[in-house]
Amino acid sequence: MEPTLLGRIGYAFLSLFVITNYGLLLIGSMARISAKVQGRVGQPVYQPYIDIIKSSVKRNAISHGIMFYLGPVFRLAGGVGTYMFIPAVFGSVVFRNFSDSGDLLLVMYFIFFGQLGMALGAGEGGHPYSAIGVSRGLAQMTAFEVPFALSVIAVAIQYGTLDINAIVGAQQGGFLNWTLFTNPLAVVAAIIAFLGMSMHNPFSVVIAPQEIPIGPPTEYQANLLGMLQTNRAIFNGAKLVLYMNLFFGGATNILVMVVKTFLIYFINVFVGQAFPRFRTDQSIRFFLGVPTLIGIASVIIAAV
Amino acid sequence: MSDKKIIPAPLANEGLPPDERGLFCDAAPREYEPARGIMEDFANWARSESLWILGFGTGCGAIELRPLMTSRFDMYRYGIQPRPTPRQSSVFVIGGYASVKTLKRIVRSYEQMMGPKFVVALGSCTINGGMYWDSYNTIKRIDQYIPVDVYITGCMPRPEALLAGFQELKKIIRAGRAEGQNEYARNFEWFKANQKKVIKDWNMPDYNW
Amino acid sequence: MNELAKELAARYGARDWHDRRGDLSSTVVDPIRLHDTLAWLKDSAGYAHLSFATAVDNIERGVFTLTYTVRNHEQGHSLMVHADVDRANPVVDSIHLLWGQGWTYQREMKEWFGIDFPGSPRVDEEFVLEGWEGPPMMRRDFDSLAYSDATYEGRPGRVTHDPATRMQERLYPEAGK
Repeated sequence: MEPTLLGRIGYAFLSLFVITNYGLLLIGSMARISAKVQGRVGQPVYQPYIDIIKSSVKRNAISHGIMFYLGPVFRLAGGVGTYMFIPAVFGSVVFRNFSDSGDLLLVMYFIFFGQLGMALGAGEGGHPYSAIGVSRGLAQMTAFEVPFALSVIAVAIQYGTLDINAIVGAQQGGFLNWTLFTNPLAVVAAIIAFLGMSMHNPFSVVIAPQEIPIGPPTEYQANLLGMLQTNRAIFNGAKLVLYMNLFFGGATNILVMVVKTFLIYFINVFVGQAFPRFRTDQSIRFFLGVPTLIGIASVIIAAV
Repeated sequence: MSDKKIIPAPLANEGLPPDERGLFCDAAPREYEPARGIMEDFANWARSESLWILGFGTGCGAIELRPLMTSRFDMYRYGIQPRPTPRQSSVFVIGGYASVKTLKRIVRSYEQMMGPKFVVALGSCTINGGMYWDSYNTIKRIDQYIPVDVYITGCMPRPEALLAGFQELKKIIRAGRAEGQNEYARNFEWFKANQKKVIKDWNMPDYNW
Repeated sequence: MNELAKELAARYGARDWHDRRGDLSSTVVDPIRLHDTLAWLKDSAGYAHLSFATAVDNIERGVFTLTYTVRNHEQGHSLMVHADVDRANPVVDSIHLLWGQGWTYQREMKEWFGIDFPGSPRVDEEFVLEGWEGPPMMRRDFDSLAYSDATYEGRPGRVTHDPATRMQERLYPEAGK
């Protein structure tokens, strides 16, 4: 039975709650795995939760104006918006979100939207390191959007639609129907773009963890920082679910979703632990080189 | 928080040129009352389990912080991690001796941190001057200028001693005794007078959030 | 190298040539001829690199001894040129036109010893100290301990031990008796 609008909103909140917790646990467990690779014990899996709680119970906070508050709000809206228009579990009533209301182009727009909003907010902070982080982030984003967009075009040509539900539906019935096997070039280009999107090594210079400029959120503190941390979890989850839907056959229940997204995220850790960091100009050249050519090739193959 | 508190007089910011005074706040810091009962206990637990160190090496002792990140000592397992900006960090590690020039930066960074904020003073120099007891340019007691929660003795203390100090800090935070921010606000005049006594060219705002 | 010693002695009255190592020698000139000596060393003798310039307070003799270390990279030889400047009136010719980095050293010497280098860029600006109001602190008649006690709050109860006697007392208490 089709649920009412109110019911769908309730389901959307439930779905959002699940993906937030899943994203946080994913970040925590990946940090733990990275620590094991480096021969350390590593932080507890629940450390992201404590960090968010701690940020939220700070006693004072500063403001740099209205845009400064809106930055994290836009970022969170970008994360939530990305997730809300992707079906997390194919055919599920609870986890399909609002995927029938928006298509792939809207999702791609939301991926970009958060970063732009963050750029405005961080600019209001007035810290020079924020501006450096924003310009690095936007430059790298523009670069990895090229192979990603090309691979999305290839997928759209292949399935003749931009509707994510239809794309997932076309991949059902055995793993040989996945885009991974029917259009491998597009998947390769998209996975390389994904490395840039998740900002792990070797493309981590944007957030530059634990260095002098920490990237756009240099001036953000207290509950605004907590909001950004929460968004990171949601955004990570949303991107993983999108990739799973487009290229790895989607998921028919939540267990399959968890296993598949975990493995996709593992690609990041695998590459990130093996390769050192690129400078921004190097990563731009990288994305506009071989991955773009692979993307073009995938479009040509899909078109002819 | 409470209305009973007297609103302190605006700061003069006399060290700044007139056209820059409007860029900085002129209100003195105020005290923040802790939440009550179990809420504060929970908040303190979260604060103690997520110590973010300000990545500002103020002296030679900062070299002892680096090994903590490595595989051998691995401070991440205690929820400690470095953070490059004072806005996000909650622990300030004073790494050994602080010259007057560094003290200026210490005061500004400390004031920019969001409360509750904790200070770990590292090495003998922060306690009584250490080997710089007769130096012309090194302060002898850091607690005259900013409130300190934990001292770690030694010259230099080993990374193990630092980890022990962080465990001690965690106990203090959980017990609710790490109220350095409020102490700073309560004794603001005294701290400022001490700071201005040694920092002769005071060319920065009186209070920096 | 003795040709160089003779040449310097003949041209600029350099004296006390001393070979400290195979690749390091020193000589002494009058402060009034310091600039000319260094200029000649740089332009004609191949000592093109100023590696170091500093001063030493020889309070017993009432002079600051300036030391300029120049290096000849072709011969792999360094030469330290010393010059004694009167402590009461320490004014020396600036060498910032010979070596661009010279003014930094001169700014340092001005702040730390109070040696003046007229014409040197930014020589009166503070170098490493900010807001220093006392006398130049590297002069040996500056009492660092008294200044420190007067300026910085100390913690009461501080005790200083001599390491040798302290460890002897602790490890071998019977030996002291």
